[in-house]
Order: sequence, then C-alpha cells, then structure tokens
Amino acid sequence: MNYRAIRAIYLFEMARTWRTLLQSIVSPVVSTSLYFVVFGAAIGSRITEVEGVSYGTFIVPGLVMLSVLTQSIANASFGIYFPKFVGTIYEILSAPISYYEIVIGYVGAAATKSIILGLIILATAALFVPLHILHPWWMLTFLVLTAVTFSLFGFIIGIWADGFEKLQMIPMLIVTPLTFLGGSFYSVNMLPSGWRTITLLNPVVYLISGFRWSFYEIADVSVALSLGMTLGFLAICMILVWWIFRTGYRLKN
Amino acid sequence: MLAMTPIISVSNLSKTYGSGFKALNGINLDIKRGEIFALLGPNGAGKTTLISIICGIANLSEGSVTVDGHDINRDYRAARSLIGLVPQELHTDSFETVWATVSFSRGLFGKPKNPAHIEKVLKDLSLWDKKDSKIITLSGGMKRRVMIAKALSHEPQILFLDEPTAGVDVELRKGMWEVVRTLQASGVTIILTTHYIEEAEEMADRIGVINKGEIILVEDKAGLMQKLGKKELKVHLQGRIDAIPASLAAYNLELCDDGHAVIYDYDTKGDRTGITSLLTDLRDAGIRISDLDTRQSSLEDIFVSLVRAP
Repeated sequence: MNYRAIRAIYLFEMARTWRTLLQSIVSPVVSTSLYFVVFGAAIGSRITEVEGVSYGTFIVPGLVMLSVLTQSIANASFGIYFPKFVGTIYEILSAPISYYEIVIGYVGAAATKSIILGLIILATAALFVPLHILHPWWMLTFLVLTAVTFSLFGFIIGIWADGFEKLQMIPMLIVTPLTFLGGSFYSVNMLPSGWRTITLLNPVVYLISGFRWSFYEIADVSVALSLGMTLGFLAICMILVWWIFRTGYRLKN
Repeated sequence: MLAMTPIISVSNLSKTYGSGFKALNGINLDIKRGEIFALLGPNGAGKTTLISIICGIANLSEGSVTVDGHDINRDYRAARSLIGLVPQELHTDSFETVWATVSFSRGLFGKPKNPAHIEKVLKDLSLWDKKDSKIITLSGGMKRRVMIAKALSHEPQILFLDEPTAGVDVELRKGMWEVVRTLQASGVTIILTTHYIEEAEEMADRIGVINKGEIILVEDKAGLMQKLGKKELKVHLQGRIDAIPASLAAYNLELCDDGHAVIYDYDTKGDRTGITSLLTDLRDAGIRISDLDTRQSSLEDIFVSLVRAP
C-alpha cells in the first residue's frame, strides 16, 4: 500500500478546498439558508406539522442530504476531471500507485469535504429550528455512507465526462430532479398512491428516509431497506470504478 | 554483469488504438544502463506512444516491457518507481506553488519527505528563488523546468524527456543539456525524444530512429555518422569559372560561391575517395586552388535520407 501517495492526493485535494473556501463551503451554506427562509418560514407557516414534527424541522435532514449529494458529486467529478482536462493526470497514471489508492485519495477528499459541509449545514439549521437527533451514530453512518457513495458516483462521472457540458449534465438532469422528488421537502406518504409507487423507484428516497429516521424516527420506508439500498448503490459504484481501471476506460487510451 | 543487462527491454511491442490506428508495430528495443538514448522520428512516428506505454500512461496491445527486470504490468510499482517522466506538453497545476507541486510528486511516488533533496533539485534547475511562486506566474521555460523538477523529485534511475527543449530558447536549451549531462554523470539513464537533430548529435550516446511505428535503426551515434556519413570536399578556386570543364564531368562536381568554389561528395569508407585524382585533374584543366575544406554530413542529413527511404 502506497500510503504516502494516498496522503499526497488527499492533501492536494483538501488544499484545493481551502483555496476555494468561498465557493466550497460558503455558497452551499447560503443557498441552504435560503431554502430555510423560503420553505421553512414562508411555506412552512401554512403547513403545521408533518408526522408529528414542525415542517421547518421536518425538512432539515432532506436539505442536508440535498447538499451532501450534490456537493459529493460536484467535488469528486471535478477533482478527477480537472487533471484530465489540464493533462496533469499523466503524473497520477505514471506513479507507482494502484487504482484503489487513487480512488481512496480522490473520493476520500471529496467525501470529507461534503461531510464537513453537511455538518456545517446542520449547525446552520439549528439556528433556524430546534433540532433533536435521536440516533446520532446512525445519522453519521448515513451521512458518511451517502458522502462516500456519491463521491464515487461523481468520480465515475468525472472520468466519463470529456467536456464541461457532460460534467454538468448528469448532476443537472438526473441528480437534482431525483433529489427534489426524493422527499427532501415532503413525506412520500403525502403523495397520492400512484405517485408513491413511482417515487419508490427513486434511490434518493431511501437515503433521505433513512437519514430522517436517524433524526426523528420518522421514515417513508424501513431503515433496513434504506441501509440496504445505500450499500447496494455503493457496491454498484465500486464495480463501475473497478471496471474503469481494469479497462483503462477514458484514462489510458 | 549488472551493467550488461539492459535497464529497459521492449519486446515485440505493438499498440493499436481504439480507432484501429496502429501506432506501434513490433518494437524491439533495449536501453543500456547509464546511457543517453535519443529517439528520433517525425511527427506521428510513435515516439510519445512508446514512452507513454513504458511509463504506464497507455496500455499496450501486444508484447512486453521490463524496467530493470520488472514487468510494467505485473510489477508496475517497482517498474514505475524507477522512472521519472517529463512529458512534451506543459501540464501543470496553475495555482500550486513550485515547492508544493514538486513535493506532491515525491509523495505520489511513495518517497518520504526530503526537503534537502527538493531544495537541491530546485537549485540545480535555477528555480530556487521561485519556490513560493504560483506556477501560473512562471514563464514557459520555467514551467518546463518545474516539470523536470517534478520528475526528479523522487530520485528516479531513468528519466524520460519527451521533446525537452521544444519551444525553449537557445540559452535555456544549453542549460538543460548541462542538467542532463550532470544527471548522466550521477548514474541516471536518460531517454529523450527530439525534433532537433543537433540535440541528439550533441547529447546522445546512441540513437534510435522511429518512423511509422517501427524502429528502423538503432546505432551508436559515432557509428551511425560513420556508417552513413558522406563527406563533402569544398575546393576554393583562385579564379572564377563559369562552368565545370567537360574533363571533370565524372566527378559530379557542383559549382558554388558564384563560381569561386566547387563541391565534391565522397565516401570515406570507399576503396578510393577519388580526391587525389580530382586534384590532379583540376590542375590538368588549368584550375588553380586556393584552399580546401571538408565537412561531415550531419545527423539531420542522415535522418532525412532514412525517413524518406521507401
């Protein structure tokens, strides 16, 4: 195991985060605060309670997940796409490191960043609404699992993308709609039954449901199913990454 | 015994790209320990592809490569840790400092921190006063040296320089040659590709010529020049002549300097150079000679004749 190489990549990526602090941390926090103002205060004042908690409190886990998902993908995809774009990837490929060491470095840094961000947003939310977390360890487990899974997914997008347009396409066209329709702002039980069935095809529902359960013990689907789906998605991403490096897809030809 | 085994051994290497383009075709090449090897070839000949495969940037299609006995696929960690690569294009992280990027490279190759070594590399490449500058603020020549510093950061045994002096001014080019010679003296094997024949002529111990994905020749530089080298005799005349006299037609002379000199091509390896009889025949034709000089044809002439050959 080339720990020094993992460390070098990880620290390099984290240094990029600190260098772009404003765009990395401050802007997601500002946009999440806006969600609280718009959904929590303006709309929330007309919805009294959802399954026993106030609407403002209800949307907190969904908002954290929304940021963690999009930021994990954005960080990891950009982190690997940029060296490909400017050509510095040559050095990574010619170094005596294995593919999983490369992945640990890049994905680890992207996930770290979005976990930090998720916790900051949680702290920001506490300024707006009273928060109570019934299962803090499960909350952290879901947070870390989601951050790692979607950072892996972002890594795959970053390797697949051969232009900035493609880099934006999947997050914009697929991930954002799935997150908004995944129960960030409502309980799936609030939907008519036909829509509820369709919604259950959306993987993000399981992530948000499990995460929300760790806060309030309110869930759209069972926690075991949430955990299983998250781990399943993680496994799919790992297999894809393994295939990418085995074939050298978009990297070595 | 160790010195006799090649440090890099390429056998039957072929590379076909996804598009079906065959960039390399059955390459066999041994690089000797401690030498400077120049790989010459026109654009698109396969120089960069060959280097990319040896360094792990591109996959090979057929054949095998070993670096100091380590197969580049099965034993890639050992093989790659011996190699430093300076690619042709200036790929740099614009917003990093020189010190940070060079230290990063060392870490990437799994070497423990060694600020003294990084300092030495930066000083040798005249980059020490720029160590805290962001790369984006550096000139092209400095960026090129930063890339060399990155390649040397992990103390490689083998250094690949892909077109190291492309777009670099004459003074800087001489400086870079100096760096390469110092490296060779410290035991590093150097493989460089170049467009500049003078660079190969100046630097290399051995020269390989690659064209259309095939190695067409590998030879000691001196041997190559001797083997293929034609010499040229320039005879300066006291007076001026309008045309070559018919009696000298057999020599295929070429009139130059506005009729004040003639040029005669000869082969030093031939049984007879024909110089003595030429001089005699010139005298018999009533032409008086003021001076003589000879010139060995350059690698460039040799190269052009090789690559153009059908």
